[in-house]
Parts: sequence; C-alpha cells; structure tokens
Amino acid sequence: MTEHAVSHAPAPAGGRLISPVTVVLAALALAAAVVLACRFVYGLGAVTNINDGFPWGIWIVYDVMVGSAFACGGYAIALLVYIFNRGEYHPLVRPALLASLFGYTLAGVSVIFDLGRYWNFWHIFWPGYAQVNSVMFEVAVCISLYILVMWIEFSPAFLDRLGMSGAKKKISKLMFLFIALGVLLPSMHQSSLGSLLVIFGSQIHPLWQAGFLLPLEYLMTAVLLGFAVVVFEATLVSLGFKRAMETALLARLARFIWGLLIAYLLVRVGDLAVRGALVSAFRFTLEAFWFWIEMICFVIPVWLLAAPAGRSNPGVLFAAAVMLMAGGFLLRVNGFLVGYETGAGWHYFPSLPELTVSVGLIAFEILAYIVFVKTLPVLPAQSATPR
Amino acid sequence: MSETGFDLRHSAAAFPAVENRLGLSRREFMEFCAALAATMGLPASAEAAIATAVEKAKRPSVIWLHFQECTGCTESLLRAEHPTLEKLILDVISLDYHETLMAAAGHQAEAARQSAMKANKGKYVLVVEGAIPTKDNGIYCKVGGHTAIDMLKECAADAAAVIAIGSCASWGGMPSTGPNPTGASSVAEVLGKPVVTIPGCPPNPYNFLATVVHFLTFGKLPAVDQLGRPKFAYSRLVHDNCERRAHFDAGRFAMEFGDVGHRQGYCLYKLGCKGPETYANCPTILFGDAGPGSWPVGCGHPCIGCTEKGVGFAKPVFQLATLKNVVPPASYPRIVEEQGNSSFAAAAALAAIAGAAAGGAAMLARNLGKPSEESKPSAPDKAE
Repeated sequence: MTEHAVSHAPAPAGGRLISPVTVVLAALALAAAVVLACRFVYGLGAVTNINDGFPWGIWIVYDVMVGSAFACGGYAIALLVYIFNRGEYHPLVRPALLASLFGYTLAGVSVIFDLGRYWNFWHIFWPGYAQVNSVMFEVAVCISLYILVMWIEFSPAFLDRLGMSGAKKKISKLMFLFIALGVLLPSMHQSSLGSLLVIFGSQIHPLWQAGFLLPLEYLMTAVLLGFAVVVFEATLVSLGFKRAMETALLARLARFIWGLLIAYLLVRVGDLAVRGALVSAFRFTLEAFWFWIEMICFVIPVWLLAAPAGRSNPGVLFAAAVMLMAGGFLLRVNGFLVGYETGAGWHYFPSLPELTVSVGLIAFEILAYIVFVKTLPVLPAQSATPR
Repeated sequence: MSETGFDLRHSAAAFPAVENRLGLSRREFMEFCAALAATMGLPASAEAAIATAVEKAKRPSVIWLHFQECTGCTESLLRAEHPTLEKLILDVISLDYHETLMAAAGHQAEAARQSAMKANKGKYVLVVEGAIPTKDNGIYCKVGGHTAIDMLKECAADAAAVIAIGSCASWGGMPSTGPNPTGASSVAEVLGKPVVTIPGCPPNPYNFLATVVHFLTFGKLPAVDQLGRPKFAYSRLVHDNCERRAHFDAGRFAMEFGDVGHRQGYCLYKLGCKGPETYANCPTILFGDAGPGSWPVGCGHPCIGCTEKGVGFAKPVFQLATLKNVVPPASYPRIVEEQGNSSFAAAAALAAIAGAAAGGAAMLARNLGKPSEESKPSAPDKAE
C-alpha cells in the first residue's frame, strides 16, 4: 500500500495545451455550442427530431443515460478500492474520477438542453413542487448530489493548485464520508435509470422490458461499463501521453470484469428465457437485429477475457473494453429508443444538429480531460519501470 | 369588523334618501355598487365606500359636450339593459348640460351650461363625446355660434376632470379616418394635455360609470395607461380573455362567415379579428347585461379594434391583426404534429461516426496486440 502511494503520487502531466488534437476537439465543442444556442433561441423543435411520440432523443439516451453509465469509472474503481479494499488499484482512482466528473457533470447539464421548459428545472429540487414518489425525482436528486460529491472528491487535486491547503486538510478529514456517498449514490441512480423503463411497461419491447430485474441489469452494466471505461481510458492515456502501460493492473481488473460479465449474462438471458421473451429474438425484426448486436458485444468479451493470456494482452483488453462499452451503449439505446414504441406512426432518428451536440459534448469532455490532466495532479507520476 | 358595522349602519341610515332619489331597493343598489367595484377591480371592501359616495346627496355636476359623433356613446349608456342603469346615470351624477338629453333648446341650453359652469367652478366633470374639427379654424362644427374648439377650451378651463368618451374624443376615431377632411382631433390634442379616455365604439357604459364613481369615491381619476385609458378596463388584450382563445391556441379558425368552423365557435383571427392587438375588457364584462356571448366576438363577428388608435377605423375590418404579444411560442403544440423524420445526411453522419469509432478501436487494438508492446504510440486517429 505505502509503496504504491509513494511511487504513484499524482503529478501534472505537463506539456502544451494547444495541439492539433485539442484544436479539433475545441472546434467540435464550438459547433455543439452553436447548435445549443439555436436550441435555446428557437426551441427544441428547431434542432431536434424529437416529437410527441418520442419525447426524448439521443440527448437523453446518449448524453444522459449512456453518458452517465460511461462515467461510472470513478464509481466502479471506488467500489473496488474502498469497499473491497483493493488498494493496488489506487493509481486508477484519480484519472477515473476525473472522467466520471466530466461525464456526470455534462450528463447533468445535458438534461437542461432537453427540457422544453428548462427554466422550471429547479422545480424538481423544490419541496412542494417535487413529486417525491417519482423515479425521475430520485434520479435527478441523486445525480445532482453525486456530481457535487465528485467535485468534492476531486477537490484535493485543484485545491493545492489554488493555494487552499487549509481547505484541503479540512476536506480530507471528511473525505471518507464523500467517498462513501460516492459509492452509494451511483448505486441508487444507475439502478433507477433502469427503473424508468419499468414504468413504460408495454411500450418497451419484451426483449428489454425486464420488469423488476431492470434496475439490477442497469446497475450491473453500469459497473461493467465503469471498469471497461477505466481500461479504455488508461490505455488511451498511456498511448496519448506516451506513458508506460498499466497492463498488469488492468489484467487483474479484467478478472473482475469477466466474473461480473458472466453474472450479468446469466441474469439477462435467464430473465429473457423465464419471461419467454427469447422467442422474439428469433423474429425478423429491427429490434431482434439490434438485440443480437448488443448480445454479441457482451458475449465476445467473455471469450476474449477468459484466458490469462488474453487478459494480459493490452490489445485484447482494449478490444474487450470497447465491445463492453458498445454493449452497454446498445442496451440503453435499444431500451429507450429502438425498443420503445408509443403508437403507430411515430418514429425517431437523430437529426444532424442533435448528433453535432452529442459529438461536441464528447469532444468537450476529452478536451477538458486533457487540460486537467496536463495542469493538475491527476495521473500517477511516471515511474521508470513499465509495469 | 367594527368599521364594517359602522359603515353598514351608516349606509342603512342614509339609505332612505337614496331609495327615494333613485327609486331602487337597497338590494338593487348594493348590487350596482358591487358591480362597479368589480369592474374597477377593487376589493370587496371598496363596495361600502362606493355606496357611501353614491348615497351622498351631493352629486357632481357633469357637463357633456357633443361634437363630431353619432351619439352612440350616449345611446349605449341609456340603452343598457340593466333596469335601473339609466336612472343611476342620471341620478348618480347631476347632468347639467347634455344636448341629447336636456329638454332645453337654443339660448336656454347655452345659459344652462354657463350657469352650471359658474355654480360648480373647478368642481364639475367635463365629458366630451366626439372628435373636434380643427381645420379652417374649426368651422365644421358649431353649437350656438361657437366652434367646437372654443367650447371645449372654455369648458375645460374650470373643470375638475376631463373625460373623453368614445373613440372619436379619445383620438379622433372614425371622423379622423383618412383623408380626414375636417382635421378631426382628440380632446387631448386640442387641450394640449392628457385626459382620461374611454375609447370604444361605443364604449362599455360600465367603464365610463366606474371611472366617474372612482372620481366620486376617491376624489381622483383612476390610474391610466399611456393613452389615458383606465387600467382597470384597458390593461389586457381582448385576445387574452377571449372565450375563443383556446381555439386560437389549438389552431382552429373560422375561415369564412358561416363555414363549419364559424358555426362551431372557432377563433375569428383569420376573419380579421383585432383582438390580438386591441386592449379592452369586452370579453370579461360583455355588453348590455344580456349574459354570455353578448359582445361582438361572442356573436361571431371579429373585433374591429374600436378601442385602439391605429386599429379601429384605420385597418380594414378583415385584415389580419398583428399579434402583439402572443406570437405563439415554439413550445405551443403545432396543428399537425410531425411524427418524426430522418434525413439521409444524419443517417450517413451517424454511420460515419460509428464506422470511425469501430475502425479506430479495431486498429488500436491490433497495434496494441502486437508483441512489440507499448513501443508504438501510433494512434493519431482516435481521441488522443
């Protein structure tokens, strides 16, 4: 433990902030900002393809549902390090937390873009206005709290830089509380995001209407996605910043992923079989097609990560992580858009401006990540020996 | 509590005089006071104050001048269906000069005006009905040898308050419609100072009466907008309180007189209704005490905007109104709801993004998998 703490004390990565990559990312983010300006001036109808049948589009399903699930890296690693007491993963905490921080903050902000009457957003937090029995209330309050908690968890990284070491000391004393909250809150709302589908009932295709198991499935995939994103992000950071690979650490992490993945697939397929929904997977429909793509994305990593040789190969690890991310992405897109049917005639496909915003948000997230990593102590100080 | 009790006792004691004077039962009288308080948007407690003011034997002297007009304003005051209204009009105020209503004629009438002005100097209320011709020194309207301009200035000099009733007196109204051969002007223009205006063609009698009673009760005229119109009556667009408003919001319009939409009471906007740009309380207080629907739009005719300068008598009746502050926001439901569309470009873009992500990831994974290990940071295609 102490050895890790010493050798992996985080430090700013340094380097130029303006590079071709950051410029391209900034341009994409700017394009999104322009579209959002149009959205706030001319309304949702002017830029999105959402309609009365599909009151949400990719701004909710991708930016919020998938975005917050992708942002579960911090949650998953915190779960591992602090709850299961696996201190060796500690070097992954800060980078993962940073990615989560951006992912969640942007997911939270994205909700406002999608609210028709965004100026009323505070109603959900206001006693008297809030409908305390709704799942949406739980999700909104929980995600907002979690964003706050994460900024506090991450605050040691920038309090130093701001010269507020006194505040840092005080926060550090209470940090155990925020870390506990940081594990509790995502468990609550990631499962509740699944509960949202329960309410839609028969509007959701049987392949994704898992009823009372939905919260469990969404929670399991959120953790899975969290681990996958940690692998994905650690690999890209190593490449991008020309650092040594954390393959040994990630290989051990991959064992957890594998176990959890098996458990998830048992729940998922078992549920489909028990409900008799598996039949509809063998019909020639768009839903069935996307179901199989989703399942393939989950099943191939089982095979990729089964053997220790695969787990210690960074290429295989990366491929498995990307497939898992695709699987989690599809599970949510399928549940909320592809398998969602409100009546005859309604359909939805994202418009170009909607895509621009989603892409721009991702670009902004990566851009901010690069800036933070280069200027704040996030990544472990580079050790000479590649692990 | 005690104050209310006192007021009631006081009113009750004073009432026989009113009863004799107005020939009203107490119930009818209180109903009238309550109606006026409601018209002015005053709280229920004002009712007692109004009752006290009206009961006072001392009625304000009113001099009523007629110029370029049709006497419709006077007619509407007299023809109100409320059984006792005309009595109240004549008894709440002391109408000392009114060319239509007074029995006197010729020099006798002029003498009555002069004596009323002298007796009530600085205390009488001047009501002007009709526009004032100003062209050629105002020779197009003369009463008893005096031009309208002279009469108005003479009467206004010692008046406690000046009220312009009807659209003509308010801004020139119908006589001022182009080419305006007589140079018809408003009271305010001729006097060179703002006055209270009760525009309308004709205006609702309650708006006039409420203004006068406000003066009686509180000793001052009610708050007015920038055009001199009492805010209690003219602060909302006709459109805002229109009973057909829901049809407007839902996009259901009568397209021509007698069509299906017209017969079903749809919005008259497309027939030229000026409700969206006209400020008046017609839809809330209606006309003639005849119950629901008794106002132009309620009867199926578009509002012509008679209370609004630049709209009434200026815009053609069937011309589409300008939507003043209610251009339907984008958040309003559309008439035909799109059920979703998708463009080829968006599909292509999404496919390109997915393809680039998959390809990039695959290439990255392949490079990473090579045995040379962590030596090749050769991935300029994705993210970093």
